[in-house]
Amino acid sequence: MAEVLVFVDHVDGAVRKPTLELLTLARRVGEPVALAVGAGASDTAGVLAEHGAVKVLVSEASEYGDFLVVPKVDALQAAYGAVSPVAVLVPSSAEGKEIAARLAVRIGSGLITDAVDLEAGEQGPVATQSAFAASFTTKSRVSRGTPVITVKPNSAPVEPASAAGAVEELAVEFSAGASGTKVLSRTPRESTGRPELTEAAIVVSGGRGVNGAENFAVIEALADSLGAAVGASRAAVDAGWYPHTNQVGQTGKSVSPQLYIASGISGAIQHRAGMQTSKTIVAVNKDSEAPIFDLVDYGVVGDLFDVVPQLTEEINTRKG
Amino acid sequence: MSLRIVVCVKYVPDATGDRHFADDLTLDREDVDGLLSELDEYAVEQALQIADAADDAEVTVLTVGPEDAKDALRKALSMGADRAVHVEDDDLHGSDVIGTSLVLAKAVEETGYDLVISGMASTDGTMGVVPALLAERLGVPQVTLLSQVSVEGGVVRGRRDGDSASEELEASLPAVVSVTDQSGEARYPSFKGIMAAKKKPVKSLDLDDLGIDADEVGLAGSWTAVDSAAERPARTAGTIVKDEGEGGKQLAGFLAGQKFI
Ligand SMILES: Cc1cc2nc3c(=O)[nH]c(=O)nc-3n(C[C@H](O)[C@H](O)[C@H](O)COP(=O)(O)OP(=O)(O)OC[C@H]3O[C@@H](n4cnc5c(N)ncnc54)[C@H](O)[C@@H]3O)c2cc1C
Ligand SMILES: Cc1cc2nc3c(=O)[nH]c(=O)nc-3n(C[C@H](O)[C@H](O)[C@H](O)COP(=O)(O)OP(=O)(O)OC[C@H]3O[C@@H](n4cnc5c(N)ncnc54)[C@H](O)[C@@H]3O)c2cc1C
Repeated sequence: MAEVLVFVDHVDGAVRKPTLELLTLARRVGEPVALAVGAGASDTAGVLAEHGAVKVLVSEASEYGDFLVVPKVDALQAAYGAVSPVAVLVPSSAEGKEIAARLAVRIGSGLITDAVDLEAGEQGPVATQSAFAASFTTKSRVSRGTPVITVKPNSAPVEPASAAGAVEELAVEFSAGASGTKVLSRTPRESTGRPELTEAAIVVSGGRGVNGAENFAVIEALADSLGAAVGASRAAVDAGWYPHTNQVGQTGKSVSPQLYIASGISGAIQHRAGMQTSKTIVAVNKDSEAPIFDLVDYGVVGDLFDVVPQLTEEINTRKG
Repeated sequence: MSLRIVVCVKYVPDATGDRHFADDLTLDREDVDGLLSELDEYAVEQALQIADAADDAEVTVLTVGPEDAKDALRKALSMGADRAVHVEDDDLHGSDVIGTSLVLAKAVEETGYDLVISGMASTDGTMGVVPALLAERLGVPQVTLLSQVSVEGGVVRGRRDGDSASEELEASLPAVVSVTDQSGEARYPSFKGIMAAKKKPVKSLDLDDLGIDADEVGLAGSWTAVDSAAERPARTAGTIVKDEGEGGKQLAGFLAGQKFI
């Protein structure tokens, strides 16, 4: 059966959920062969095997941590040479897209980014993309070379499927440009204990209406009652009330959870671009004319400082 | 020695307008006003700041796009860029990102550069990969997605705020940089800037000038194909209630009904 190369996103050996989703999609097109690079790469093999990886190529050179992006492109290219896959799938993180793009030019292939679904087609894999702030859905394919496709988080279910997951050391020869951009220092983001924004099943977001950093406690309390991630609009982030890493929207994260709750957010097009594919959308806003209400399954016109704490309390009571 | 900065700016359909696909499944530019991609204003701003901090620098803004794309160049010139390059050719219609990056790379080389600055992503295609592709094609370091950037003594330094970590980066020039919307507010063109922009040189180049064959770009030269584009069905109208003291409880009822609680 044809092989599909999957680039693994992991932190010190802990595989991130979007990679497991990629393995589900990869199996629709062929047999997944995974590539994991950097510190802890070989620790990923177990979980990758449980999700269908027939082979896990690993390379743990220090270059991956010391320099930006290019060493990973070199590794992906080496894996491509070793496997001759029918497609290359990469998670749609900022870095994943850059790695995929550089590989595509190197191997003379077309590139599709931010796919939200993937299926086998007569002329190769067909990718679904959301365009123009998710107001259009397109089907595209790569018409030249081996399709290089990046896939957004939450695009497929994580399905266990046991496979050999044979670990193989990959020989990587680094290119002249590999050491071009030095990483002088790296400060890991502190974990809040809440789910990852892009991976969460429920996202609770606050906007300008939250009116102050300390008031975000109201949003966080609701999030915690639901086991949700916390998001913010750019207005709230720009005001310094919440970290930029939590921004939802065009220039922040795009999320596609089962449930999205927006409080004190008007629903500007750039915000919608990042959340409008959520399954169920709920909003609390005191302005009944706010455009966010055009998107909602359920909306409450009211003051978030009344509605949200009451909701949180009610959830906590119902949970007992 | 003069520092030559080239800023890549894209002319895009206004995101607040009603954006559509044309019959050939490329971007419909007819029905929506175009403008300089707002995210590229941040690139122009950082270029101008780097130029100001250098002894001697020149900022060239570069776009690949149709006739109207001159508007984007004028805006960048009125912000303070020194000159502009416009790559314009009928055969460019429908180019994908591989084609576009080829044209940009050739145009950057033709212009001459020490530093290329781009936005983090266009507001239409939103791929966010052109800067990395440019670095690959030009064979120079990529220092991308920076929320902070500075250039000193032939070295560019910056901060990249990623998903799992924040990184301090460094590379020698020549290099390709891209900046995020966290890099600092972009200036508004002044009246003087707008008047001055009218006299600044805008050089036009076509594919011949860049030594690119028509079949390497455009719809025919694309390595990707869009088979269909469908408007997302409008969401069915939801229930909207006014809070009269029980809004939170009512919402909890809805969430419970949907099995979220
Ligand atoms: C290039 C570009 C990229 C952008 N990228 C993003 C992005 O990624 N993400 C993003 O979010 N934005 C983005 N924006 C900004 C976007 O256009 C909006 O400015 C922003 O989303 C507004 O945030 P907001 O809804 O919180 O604030 P506002 O639009 O000011 O809305 C606040 C809302 O809160 C309501 N409110 C106030 N007080 C209360 C209360 N007590 N109770 C209930 N409701 C209350 C108000 O009625 C109002 O509807 C971008 C803009 C540009 C130009
Ligand atoms: C909805 C949509 C989906 C698309 N999907 C794909 C796809 O999956 N695969 C594909 O190959 N193509 C795709 N395209 C086409 C692609 O967007 C264009 O080829 C485009 O020129 C390059 O990508 P981008 O604008 O997304 O660039 P980005 O990588 O998002 O742009 C980053 C920066 O590069 C610079 N830049 C980008 N384009 C230009 C330009 N023309 N002139 C000057 N500077 C520029 C700007 O500084 C910009 O901020 C898509 C287009 C649309 C409208």
